[in-house]
Amino acid sequence: MNEFWVLLTGSLVGITCGLTGVFLILRKTAMIADAISHTVLFGIVVAFMITQSLSGFWMLLGAAIAGLLTTFLVQVLQSGGLQEDAAIGVVFTSLFALGVLFITLFAGNVHLDVEHVLMGEIAFVPWDTWDILGFSMPKAVWMLLFVLLLNVLFLVFFYKEIKLSTFDPVFALSIGLPILAMHYSYMTLVSLTTVAAFDSVGAVLVVAMLIGPAATAYLMSKSVSGMIIWSMTFGVTAAITGYYLAKLWNTSIAGMMAAMIGALFMIVFLFKPHDGWTWKLFKRMKLKDTNVHV
Amino acid sequence: MDALQVKKLSVAYEEKVVLKNVNLTIPVGHLTGIIGPNGAGKSTLIKAILNQLPNKTGTVHILERPLNPKDHTVGYVPQRNAVDWDFPTNALDVVLMGRYGHIGMIKKPSTKDKQIALNCLKDVGMEAYADRSIGQLSGGQQQRVFLARALAQEAEVYFMDEPFVGVDAATERTIIAILKDLKAKGKSVFVVHHDLQTASDYFDWMILLNQTITASGPTEQTFTEDNLQEAYGGKLFFMDQTKSNKSFN
Ligand SMILES: Nc1ncnc2c1ncn2[C@@H]1O[C@H](COP(=O)(O)OP(=O)(O)OP(=O)(O)O)[C@@H](O)[C@H]1O
Ligand SMILES: [Mg+2]
Repeated sequence: MNEFWVLLTGSLVGITCGLTGVFLILRKTAMIADAISHTVLFGIVVAFMITQSLSGFWMLLGAAIAGLLTTFLVQVLQSGGLQEDAAIGVVFTSLFALGVLFITLFAGNVHLDVEHVLMGEIAFVPWDTWDILGFSMPKAVWMLLFVLLLNVLFLVFFYKEIKLSTFDPVFALSIGLPILAMHYSYMTLVSLTTVAAFDSVGAVLVVAMLIGPAATAYLMSKSVSGMIIWSMTFGVTAAITGYYLAKLWNTSIAGMMAAMIGALFMIVFLFKPHDGWTWKLFKRMKLKDTNVHV
Repeated sequence: MDALQVKKLSVAYEEKVVLKNVNLTIPVGHLTGIIGPNGAGKSTLIKAILNQLPNKTGTVHILERPLNPKDHTVGYVPQRNAVDWDFPTNALDVVLMGRYGHIGMIKKPSTKDKQIALNCLKDVGMEAYADRSIGQLSGGQQQRVFLARALAQEAEVYFMDEPFVGVDAATERTIIAILKDLKAKGKSVFVVHHDLQTASDYFDWMILLNQTITASGPTEQTFTEDNLQEAYGGKLFFMDQTKSNKSFN
């Protein structure tokens, strides 16, 4: 049973991050995920300082606000003339440092250590349960299901809007789409996804799950909907194969899942039909052959 | 009825003033060329008219009303390099985006919207490429897809930013035929254009621009040597000189 919960948690992380990550890749703001995954720490600590509780709700709220703050500050610095990557770097390191500082100053005796935030511990997931409506499931599963639902609802309602404002914001603005509101809503979702996932798998795997599967899917998709399906598939595949390999070799589960994400990317990158690296090499050799014969 | 009325429009990016006190009145039913050197503020003028710039002063009226996207009066072709053509989508899908304003938020495109999109692709001679990934289209084909998307908006007033850039002669003729057809239907079309050779053939109205309006009016009154020299700040003359120098060698 414990194995089931760990696999379910991993798969939910794969699905949710895979879904959210698609528009990070398409909007070319993958690195904002890295920033948010670190600055949510700041939000969580501040939420703890105010409420003195570590309940899931306050954590999600704190994280959402920290994510929005990150997005907003990056936007402000950017419109002040700074490049996006520089803006992200400045905001992310300062907020993360503040978070770490606050933890050591005000939350030293609480279970909120940096190590745990960065690496997580998915193997402990089954023991921390919530009872809701008579169901008892791990807290991580509840949070991930809730955030997955939000993500799905967002896409059900605003699929064409987020797609157009990603592809052609200038045109989107000309037909009256509220592109800034779309941007902030989406970044809020990224923050919620991040915090729901990182409690179980840690910030590092969250970033890997947000970016890796979507980047892999990008290599082989001809439509946004196709990319979403592939991205979620890769996320789940990496979670499940990562879990069993970690068990087999007795290593870190989160670490192995992250490694599998990288492996999947390389496989697709090298062997993708038509314009994969190997395929191109093969075609070039065939072309040479025919040249010789002629 | 005036298609476009601009009063005392000024635009600045940060400190730099790009458009100064622009005033325009253009009646409906014209095919208008917006002409001026690089950096003159042509794209900026269009963006300001479409209400996309925060730092602007002055007023803009389209069909004698302030711009409201909900009226669906305006169609727009942005400069082609404004988007990422590796985005995973196909030609028909991009044209369908022209329907989004009519469809409204949350709702999905109907079969009628898809039919309109398909017809617009046909109008620009691209129906065979409906399913093609946009990244696999040539530059001219991409430009036609953008035009089809604007046609799908079924607007009254169109703004097009350099629709002829990077297209071959045949495509240019297709596009200009479509624009003249729009004009024949009583629509108003504004086109940023760079080729002075063809400008007077294509357009019956002209806006010559370089930070301020140099001239605006019917082509035969505005498209004069003097006005062009003023808009291009003497650079045209300079170019003619280098040409004749070359022919000497
Ligand atoms: N986002 C921006 N921030 C700062 N300055 C800008 C911005 N966009 C344009 N400019 C400046 O405003 C001026 C006008 O630019 P605009 O793009 O309107 O020119 P244009 O007439 O369309 O030129 P082109 O023929 O090259 O397309 C230029 O000097 C340009 O450098
Ligand atoms: Mg321009």
